Amino acid sequence: MTAVPDELAAWARGEPHLNACPRVEKMFKLQWEAVQQAWVLLYPEGMVKLNASAGEIMSRLDGKTSIETLIRTLEQQFETKNLQADVLDFLTIAKRQGWVKI
Amino acid sequence: MSADVTQITYATNVTTQPGPPLWLLAEVTYKCPLHCVFCYNPVDFAQTGSELSTADWIRVLREARAAGSVQCGFSGGEPLARDDLEILVEEANRLGFYTNLLTSGVGLTEARANALKKAGLDHVQLSFQDSTKELNDFLSHTKTFDLKRRTADLIKSHDWPMVLNCVIHRLNIDYIEQIIDLAVELGAEYLELANSQYYSWAELNRDNLLPSREQLDRAERVTNACREKYGDKIRIIFVVPDYYEKRPKKCMNGWGNVFLTVTPDGSALPCHTAKMIKGISFPNVRDMGVSDIWYQSTAFNFYRGDGWMKDPCRTCSEKDKDLGGCRCQALMLTSDAANADPVCDKSPMHHRVTEAVAYAQIPDAQRENVKPLVFRDPKNSRSLNP
Repeated sequence: MTAVPDELAAWARGEPHLNACPRVEKMFKLQWEAVQQAWVLLYPEGMVKLNASAGEIMSRLDGKTSIETLIRTLEQQFETKNLQADVLDFLTIAKRQGWVKI
Repeated sequence: MSADVTQITYATNVTTQPGPPLWLLAEVTYKCPLHCVFCYNPVDFAQTGSELSTADWIRVLREARAAGSVQCGFSGGEPLARDDLEILVEEANRLGFYTNLLTSGVGLTEARANALKKAGLDHVQLSFQDSTKELNDFLSHTKTFDLKRRTADLIKSHDWPMVLNCVIHRLNIDYIEQIIDLAVELGAEYLELANSQYYSWAELNRDNLLPSREQLDRAERVTNACREKYGDKIRIIFVVPDYYEKRPKKCMNGWGNVFLTVTPDGSALPCHTAKMIKGISFPNVRDMGVSDIWYQSTAFNFYRGDGWMKDPCRTCSEKDKDLGGCRCQALMLTSDAANADPVCDKSPMHHRVTEAVAYAQIPDAQRENVKPLVFRDPKNSRSLNP
């Protein structure tokens, strides 16, 4: 059960932990843009165009789903394993950018 | 599956098919209660034809959104001078735009703020009502401060992110610390201290508005000190006048690349001031759909990419960085919009900029035959364009 102390350490460093339920920060609007074929984040007078992976993660953040559930869902959907590190890395970036509230 | 992110802020590849008109600036009216000497509205605004109707604007919003626009700015003049603003914001919001209101705050009552919130307005950019006539009042924090306080409280209580914008120039730049303190006191999240750009009314008043190098250096020092003092409390953006640069700005991120401005009478422009280029016939949204305007019209293809360039831009190794700068500035200072923006020190007419900068170093007291400030109002507009 090494995951528990790891998670506590991550929590202490301010990084996302698996039980947290992130949501998109309220200043941002996340939406699918058919013309750009991409998920975009809109904010005052600006836009961030997300790549496919980032869009898959961001579009599932609802403030109710835990990061752990999110990882399992993505792994099932894309028939792969070991997405945990990628998802946590992205959420760390997203939090630093102020896009998500964790 | 990798989790890297592509972050773009309105950057699209200019060498291939242009991207969509991501930014729609809806200049819904030229009516304005202020008379700012740095206004970029055309000097002949008083001769503008009839304003688009509510139905026209709704059609423009729908067409622009279908063409891929995501940001919609409601601007003017003072957009609150139109009483159908709430209807337009509601439609823009319903269509999936991020909606921005660019306002002086004059006319933003509790009732209108409530209606705009209900309509789904996402963000308010509040400009300081600093029209120089009111400079002393502004600096003494009396009448203007009360208005700003009220407006800022309205913005906060409606849970809008607040960006404060203050146009900086020779006459107010020495008071930058007071301006920053005021922004913090009002609770702004962002403060844009944008030096005046010399177009339209600001060009008429350029000699009165361009700060000296000493003023600029001091203002930057003060701004940096305030950034340290206030930390995360407020984000301060300071924009120097391009006259003090050696390379021009990539104006509007390229002609017909990201921005689409629609003027009160329906002219579609690649930037707010492009109408000064008389050699181009700009399409009107009353006659042509937004997608055709963006992709097909002669006007929007005129300076797209780099095929139109002359030397020194044509053969310049840096041409992709700035696309030759600003076409309007080239026109104003060299009489040909296809010339290099003379801000660039490779331009054979760079001296037109350095002469203005040299004049800016002369203290006001030592200047002779100084032209008085020209205020942006309908009377001056008509007398300057008989």
